[in-house]
Amino acid sequence: MSAILLAEIYVFVLAMFVGFEVISKVPVVLHTPLMSGTNAIHGIVMLGGVLVLATANTPLLTVLGFVAVVLGAMNLFGGFVVTDRMLEMFKARKPPGKR
Amino acid sequence: MGRAPTLPFLFHAAYLLSAVLFIVGLKFLSSPASARRGNGVAALGMTAAVLTTLVGLWLPGSGFHHHGLILGGIALGAVLGSVGARRVQMTDMPQMVALLNGFGGGSAALISTAEFLHAASAGEAPGATAAVSTMFGCIIGSISFSGSLIAFGKLQGIISEKAILSTAQKAASVLVFVGLLATVAMIAMGGGAPWFLTLLGGSLLFGVLMVIPIGGADMPVVISLLNSFTGLAVAATGFVLSNNALIISGTLVGASGTLLTMLMCKAMNRSLTNVLFAGVGAGAPAAAAAGTPAGAKKNVREVSVEDAAVLLANIHSLIVVPGYGMAVAQAQHAVRELADLLQKKGVEVKYAIHPVAGRMPGHMNVLLAEANVPYDQLFDLDQINPDFEHTDVALVIGANST
Repeated sequence: MSAILLAEIYVFVLAMFVGFEVISKVPVVLHTPLMSGTNAIHGIVMLGGVLVLATANTPLLTVLGFVAVVLGAMNLFGGFVVTDRMLEMFKARKPPGKR
Repeated sequence: MGRAPTLPFLFHAAYLLSAVLFIVGLKFLSSPASARRGNGVAALGMTAAVLTTLVGLWLPGSGFHHHGLILGGIALGAVLGSVGARRVQMTDMPQMVALLNGFGGGSAALISTAEFLHAASAGEAPGATAAVSTMFGCIIGSISFSGSLIAFGKLQGIISEKAILSTAQKAASVLVFVGLLATVAMIAMGGGAPWFLTLLGGSLLFGVLMVIPIGGADMPVVISLLNSFTGLAVAATGFVLSNNALIISGTLVGASGTLLTMLMCKAMNRSLTNVLFAGVGAGAPAAAAAGTPAGAKKNVREVSVEDAAVLLANIHSLIVVPGYGMAVAQAQHAVRELADLLQKKGVEVKYAIHPVAGRMPGHMNVLLAEANVPYDQLFDLDQINPDFEHTDVALVIGANST
């Protein structure tokens, strides 16, 4: 048990550094899509709801799990759609003309 | 559980794959040209994680229940989330992100609560890890949920956007905070379900009290902070459920959100504590002052529309400094048309974008992109500040701090 926990803590700490490192190079132009994109990624919480619901053995737990799944799914799907809509508009200048 | 030792290995491999895809996706997001692909890559990683988990539930003899409810819940959330995200206006994007973020936080809080109740009803005392991570997930998730809803309400105009500061509110915050600490202590000493529900309620209340006093102009910072909160809450649920996919994704978001929040505070010349506790109006004008060094005249002279037209007709370079007021008036298209006309005459047009102009970091960039302004005409403060000296006219539009 403590070996598993230790491995999880390793994962946690290293992921933290990766998070800092990857983000620190994002230009301000993309901060909003980035925020929206990370928002979509934590939609993975839906899977936590799925696991709760899959092991629920009382009506209360079933309700809690179901609501968690619905909220998580809205976060997940809505997040990716919103981000895609934002990024869809980021077009490079048409090669000829302008400036 | 697994019949062959290779089965768990396959699951972990799939989770690892999705974690790698998330990181690659974020990496792609760091350049405008590949950003959209980055979002797609992250979505692919998500698909891998979701499918892996679902396959695990359907394996024969796994002993899981509620398969129908699981699929139904996912479908319901998917429809509500996607339709909402499709319909929302670009100017309303920040409150949409706030809302979705709040849902994620709420989900994490419910998962933590359910896991605590589950353990409590089984009569087993939760181990130290489980206790710490359920409490953490519950507190942070709930704060993110209620805080995001308040942020949504403020941006949507349901709740007053003004910074509401009163001694009563401050006293209440401190009181609730102390109450939360006491509740945590009670749970640590073996307190059961009622105490955990108290923790849930108290954290929800604290989220409200935390965001209520913050003004509309500071909302970008708050949403970014709450975004990282949700990430950490998700990581905590990962510890509760021993699920590495949740730990990695949650932590990535927690770390990046924290960094983003700090960058935004720096751009506003304020500290995070100042944003959270001082309200706006106290030190806020500094933000605007920092953005535009006084290269122009010190005395204000009113110009008529005709004068402005004549002025613009005879220049060689123009810097546009857009504020959120421009977006509220939907003037970004008119601005772009003006810029197009000037560019045809050979005028060099640039846009100076303050990092927190709009209601989210970089929101202004999105709004201008929507009006077909090419992103290589948009510049950060550091890039453009030296240019103001040798630019003929700076056009400041709709910039007033609320």
